[in-house]
Amino acid sequence: MKLPLPPLPNALLPKPKRPGEAERAKPVDQAKEAGIATVDWVDERTSLSGGLRWLMFRKVPKGTNWFYTLGSATMFAFLAQAVTGVFLAMYYDPSVTHAYESARHITNDVFLGEFVRGMHKWGSSVMVVLVCLHMARTFFFGAYKYPRELNWVIGVVLLIMTFVMSFTGYLLPFDQRSYWATVVGVNINGTGPLVGPFLSDFLRGGAEFGSTTLARFYAIHMLLIPGAIAALIGAHLYLVARLGTTAPPWLKAESGDGIREERV
Amino acid sequence: MADGRREPKSKYTVDRGIPGAFEGETVTRRRFMTATAHGAGAIAVSAFALPALGFAAGSALFDRPPVEWKPIGAPADFPDDTYLPRVITEVAGIGQVGKTTIYVRARDPEVDGDPNPPGYDEQFIAVSTRCMHLGCPVRYVDAAKRFICPCHGGVYDFTGNVSGGPPVRPLDRFYTRVRNGQVEVGPRYSVNSEFRRFPSYRDPAQDLDGIGQYLYPGRFSTPKLD
Repeated sequence: MKLPLPPLPNALLPKPKRPGEAERAKPVDQAKEAGIATVDWVDERTSLSGGLRWLMFRKVPKGTNWFYTLGSATMFAFLAQAVTGVFLAMYYDPSVTHAYESARHITNDVFLGEFVRGMHKWGSSVMVVLVCLHMARTFFFGAYKYPRELNWVIGVVLLIMTFVMSFTGYLLPFDQRSYWATVVGVNINGTGPLVGPFLSDFLRGGAEFGSTTLARFYAIHMLLIPGAIAALIGAHLYLVARLGTTAPPWLKAESGDGIREERV
Repeated sequence: MADGRREPKSKYTVDRGIPGAFEGETVTRRRFMTATAHGAGAIAVSAFALPALGFAAGSALFDRPPVEWKPIGAPADFPDDTYLPRVITEVAGIGQVGKTTIYVRARDPEVDGDPNPPGYDEQFIAVSTRCMHLGCPVRYVDAAKRFICPCHGGVYDFTGNVSGGPPVRPLDRFYTRVRNGQVEVGPRYSVNSEFRRFPSYRDPAQDLDGIGQYLYPGRFSTPKLD
């Protein structure tokens, strides 16, 4: 039995098919096309697909191998640090009197807290190791040479920023090891002639280690440097896509005979 | 080649045939507007960036904490042949982190050959436990009559002068005085290997002998004793 349609205003009633018009798409077909339609809608307004194709579907040289994944691995290590760090910040309290207790609370009380904090802690070491391996790969493959020198320079800045992240993050658990490691680290920084003492004051927020020290290490660790790292990774990737990757050094260029013949 | 060189452009817009040019005008309106827009942008960025920078660095570099004197015991408590440990608060309001141990003894003219500098007549020596290698806490070992640092093996003799290891200068000290029947300790000061006083104390690892005293200038963030 077919139920009668509810009384609808004319504007909402399905319009009758016009003569000569193709069969209308059924809802199932429309659903099938929904994904493509959405992407089309975005692409028509942004032209993103061209850029994405430029970025993702690049020609890579012969001999590209697993060593070339170290850069991506480093980036994913950074992403893991960023995500776990953001969520650790939801429980962490950067005050001198509560920092240690809140870190202990994360580890011992919060569901999956030990796991996420462990990811962040061990992940930082993983990131440093990967950055160094990636740098070694670039060096030994000669991939820093013209025209990629600027990308090497950006990479070195990223390396330094990774170390700054390690240094500032080390204080945050605020146990004995954190405290004394930071005292030692700031004092090493102070040995720079003329500017060293003032840099130390800037880092500590004064002549003595105080509550400001922890707060500014926290701000540097979670706001200042991560933003800069993300921006520089963008520039680093842009240059990789722009300049392409290098072939491994053990691949010789193909014989130039053919080229010479063409020149004759 | 000189023949092929183009006639140098006149600096006057009138001579260059720019429409609407004024007599004697050298800057085109397009260039003027570009410079104005860039200048306005620079001013807008400076308006928040410079205060932010000053905010981050200013009080850290230039806030001078007040001089505080803390009583640590009666003068008769302190012998002159060994040190007594005392715990004082160096930074208030941050709990245990702001406390530090100091070692105090009476001044012994035979051991402390260094005379008091003019204007001072200190009867007590208060030695800081901050190692002058990189800032770890040293401990006084009475049997050896030496201060020993656990981190990297710094060793200091009875007066606090370096007798071994990596430290670059003797242990810091604190000003002392006697008030109301109590020994009081004041601000920290640094000394070089001849026990010359540097009232604006330096961080560890900063040499104060020879050229070091010029390479590591005093800071604006240390308490100042008038």
